[in-house]
Amino acid sequence: MKNSALGRRIIACPYYVWAAIFIIVPLIMMVYYSITNPVGEFTIDNFLSLGKYSKAFLLSITYAVISTIITFLIAYPLSYAMTKLKISSQRMILMMVIFPMWMNFLIRTYSWISILANTGIINNFLVSLGFEPLKLINTPGAIILGMVYDFLPYMVLPIYTAMSKIDTSLLEASDDLGCNGWQKLKKVIFPLTLPGVVSGITMVFVPSVSTFYISQKLGGNKTMLIGDAIEYLFNIGPDHYNVASTLSLVLMVLILISMAIMNRFTDETDEGVII
Amino acid sequence: MKFLSKLYIALILVFLYAPILVMFIFSFNSAESVWVFEGFSLDWYKELIYNSTMLTALRHTLLIAILSAIISTVLGTAAAIGILQLRKKITKSLVMSVTNIPMMNADIVTGISLMLLFVFFGKLIGLNESLGFFTVLIAHITFNLPYVILSVMPKLQQTDKHLPEAALDLGCTPLQAFFKAVLPSIMPGVFSGFIMAFTLSLDDFVISYFTCGHYQTLPIVIYNMTKKTVTPDAYALSTIIFVTVFVLLILYNTMQNNSERKVARR
Repeated sequence: MKNSALGRRIIACPYYVWAAIFIIVPLIMMVYYSITNPVGEFTIDNFLSLGKYSKAFLLSITYAVISTIITFLIAYPLSYAMTKLKISSQRMILMMVIFPMWMNFLIRTYSWISILANTGIINNFLVSLGFEPLKLINTPGAIILGMVYDFLPYMVLPIYTAMSKIDTSLLEASDDLGCNGWQKLKKVIFPLTLPGVVSGITMVFVPSVSTFYISQKLGGNKTMLIGDAIEYLFNIGPDHYNVASTLSLVLMVLILISMAIMNRFTDETDEGVII
Repeated sequence: MKFLSKLYIALILVFLYAPILVMFIFSFNSAESVWVFEGFSLDWYKELIYNSTMLTALRHTLLIAILSAIISTVLGTAAAIGILQLRKKITKSLVMSVTNIPMMNADIVTGISLMLLFVFFGKLIGLNESLGFFTVLIAHITFNLPYVILSVMPKLQQTDKHLPEAALDLGCTPLQAFFKAVLPSIMPGVFSGFIMAFTLSLDDFVISYFTCGHYQTLPIVIYNMTKKTVTPDAYALSTIIFVTVFVLLILYNTMQNNSERKVARR
């Protein structure tokens, strides 16, 4: 019997080796590149040059925070409205919300250019009605729209899942105890969906803060987000790998910190519920 | 109130499908523009058939997706079984944290860190071009693994711990015990892990972008197309993919519904 347990433990070994080589070593490589110069000598210059990119960092964080908030404000009522429907319609709408994710996100983003361009669909329509065309493409608004559009399903999915699991008798109980609609939302529904909200927020924030395609296409070339900076540096050649690694490292640390904060948020409320 | 919430759902769906509709319509445009519709034609679809870059890329994408899904499913299922056998809580949570890294990290960070590894070791063994088929495959397996492990693990936890022991008592060899007793009971988890790995690999752009070198997959080709001014051929290609996936999904759903109904009848 002992032998079989041992055997079962051993079959994970190929994976451990894989994870060590392709998950841990790459991160060590990233750290190594970020503290050396192109010739391989130790240096902290890469970190000193980060100041040049502070604007890109700030802009990335701002856009990601705004689009995460908007996505949440759209997804939360949507999930709530969905749970009020028949089960079969709920399933169908969920499918329809997820379905665009199966389409290449580059093309989904690009289609927005057709809609927003200076001579695009919206502006053609406005001009034909006799209005002045609007400046829609290559604006911060267009970038945020792209982020909200591309990552909305990631927010709906966990929130809807959490909301559909709420026991309806809890809602009835809160009615009986005299809660009005707002109190019911604040004291019953929201705390129960909080884990879903937290995972939705992380799933939208991480790709938004690190994107480099959406900003290039919908923001024109004048907005440099941190993802753009990293991609640009890697493309101009091996001499710039070091600074690019430093930027990636800082981005990773930034994401880890924000995730830690978010997770703490749910842990504390869990304890609160137990008490 | 009921009407308002239905209206709201409808508005969100319009928002989600507007760009897809635009893509669909302009893939039939007779002109080169992707915003002024001049007339119906199938020219862009015809052009696709003769576009060898695109067809090669499609083949590459499918090959990488199938291989990486198979390999990560086998490795990941074995890993899930082994991880659950770990007795020390610290080791277990350490292994799980490492497993979660590719899933939590931004794609761009995963892509770049893998690329640095490949380039570094390529230089060490004296390769001129270290990026290619194998590096994309390795990268895809790496980001697929956590999804497989996390979908197999709950199924393993639900199965009876004594199941393999019972099989062994009844005279199975350990291998038979696994294939005849354990595997059937965790199959749904293994299958959904496989499907998830396959679709993630099919759709991946960012990680492939940094690790593929000259081995172009479809998302990379689409990216290169959208770098210049886009002509409707990119839309035509996406329409084909979209319709294919749509049909497959409908088939899969009706199949599932049928089998559910059969079970219900029994």
